[in-house]
Amino acid sequence: MRRIYLDNNATTRVDPRVLDAMLPYFCEQYGNAASRSHAFGWEAEEAVSRGREQVARLIGAGEKEIIFTSGATESNNIAIKGVAAMYGDRGKHIITQVTEHKAVIDPCKWLEQRGFRVTFLPVDRNGLVDVEQLKDAMTDDTILVSIMYANNEIGTIQPIGEIGRACKERGVVFHTDAVQAFGKVPIDVNELGIDLLSCSAHKIHGPKGIGALYVRRKNPRVRCEPVIHGGGHERGMRSGTLNVPGIVGLGRAAELCGEHRDTEPASLAKLRDRLKDGIFAQLDEVYLNGHETQRSASNLNLSFAYVEGESLMMGFKDIAVSSGSACTSASLEPSYVLKALGVGDELAHSSIRFSVSRFNTEEEIDYVIERVVETVRRLRELSPLYEMAREGVDLKSVQWSAH
Amino acid sequence: MAYGDKVIDHFEHPRNVGSLDKNDEHVGTGIVGAPECGDVMKLQIQVDENERIVDAKFKTFGCGSAIASSSLATEWVKGKTLDEALEIQNTEIVKELALPPVKIHCSVLAEDAIRAAITDVKRKLHKSDGVPGAATEAVK
Ligand SMILES: Cc1ncc(COP(=O)(O)O)c(C=O)c1O
Repeated sequence: MRRIYLDNNATTRVDPRVLDAMLPYFCEQYGNAASRSHAFGWEAEEAVSRGREQVARLIGAGEKEIIFTSGATESNNIAIKGVAAMYGDRGKHIITQVTEHKAVIDPCKWLEQRGFRVTFLPVDRNGLVDVEQLKDAMTDDTILVSIMYANNEIGTIQPIGEIGRACKERGVVFHTDAVQAFGKVPIDVNELGIDLLSCSAHKIHGPKGIGALYVRRKNPRVRCEPVIHGGGHERGMRSGTLNVPGIVGLGRAAELCGEHRDTEPASLAKLRDRLKDGIFAQLDEVYLNGHETQRSASNLNLSFAYVEGESLMMGFKDIAVSSGSACTSASLEPSYVLKALGVGDELAHSSIRFSVSRFNTEEEIDYVIERVVETVRRLRELSPLYEMAREGVDLKSVQWSAH
Repeated sequence: MAYGDKVIDHFEHPRNVGSLDKNDEHVGTGIVGAPECGDVMKLQIQVDENERIVDAKFKTFGCGSAIASSSLATEWVKGKTLDEALEIQNTEIVKELALPPVKIHCSVLAEDAIRAAITDVKRKLHKSDGVPGAATEAVK
């Protein structure tokens, strides 16, 4: 059976050029980058420093400012818990927002139980934080602001530069979880005033289990207490023998994004818009979740009124996507991100996230449009809500037997 | 999550999709669930003079298991008397469709829909007899 992968915000296919770069570091140049006494170690060290340079270059950083981690979950943990531990005597207040990834929300909640105060800013209908509200939330006790670059479910891109400036004015450390923006949006940490930035290889056609944290070294110098203690690798901020093949893969993946920076975001946006336009042209009552224009080029999140997300995915099971429907989560709650936007629960249950990559083609998108349209039509014929809406019943006025 | 073969079969070839005239004296309508919860089932039955179910139709908003549960429910009620149909248990639906624990609520909803449709048609049939206390359907 033909399969189409449109879940690239969850993870991506490794680019063969990335794999080629990694392969020699398994069975030939397998040294420990910390071994100073022989060529195996030197080769590994060289590969690591090239990876550091490649990652640094993509975000306008210096190579000494890159710390390798096991992925963005770990990067976020080091950034948030590490800053809290390092600067906890200066203040106990952290500001973040409600649609962050769990890898930011949960470390913040963990700190909340340990004497820190956390402000979770709300977002508007498009998923944007209000920078004025953020400024108002800052106090002399605020030590950290953590706001994601682009949202993983709805693609909304936050006003990172404005937030960076607001943080500079108050001397507050600014961390951004840039997993969904890294390699897709031009990022310059100095221009944007970013002090800490998390990224991950597997979202940009690199391998899983490797990521990085950018830690600013000057104006100001930012320090994080480690979360993992040991041999003092990565300037003491992240101990553990370096994952050399992973680092080579992350570096090469970042380099490829850099090489294609002038064309790739535009071609992803073109695929995304082709999908959106094709669906909107044939179906009514489809709603876009997230910001119309200020959004990641890869992400399209739509709610198909009157049909439930899991049944849609079952209807086009040859197409890999994800849904904000409760039925797809362990919690039986629909997506907290969509809820935060004020999307009603019924539309959250009807949401599908499509996310494209450099490996998708226009021909695939056209096939997806056809399958989505036919499945939505079929399931609407099966939907009592669609029938009632057609009959002119206002679904909001109905007294449902909630269960 | 992988689905059982019977769920897939009912999902891809749902039985008895559609609507009956809800104003007909011999048609009972049950609508259960809520859009905010992610599932709404409408199940309708038509009875003859002997209170035997001669036709059944459904429409469902919900996941594949909810659609399969209601599709199966329409198959099972057809040909039964109202009292026989009342004996259908959600656990039988769970067993037939091999529903995993997280999908048991779909079968509960299907059982509720059958009961709501039966209550509705009984209320209509016995209205003239003045039988009191019959519950009304979920939707006004
Ligand atoms: C916004 C965001 N932050 C963090 C993560 C976690 O990244 P990783 O899988 O590298 O730990 C993800 C990916 O799931 C993400 O989308």
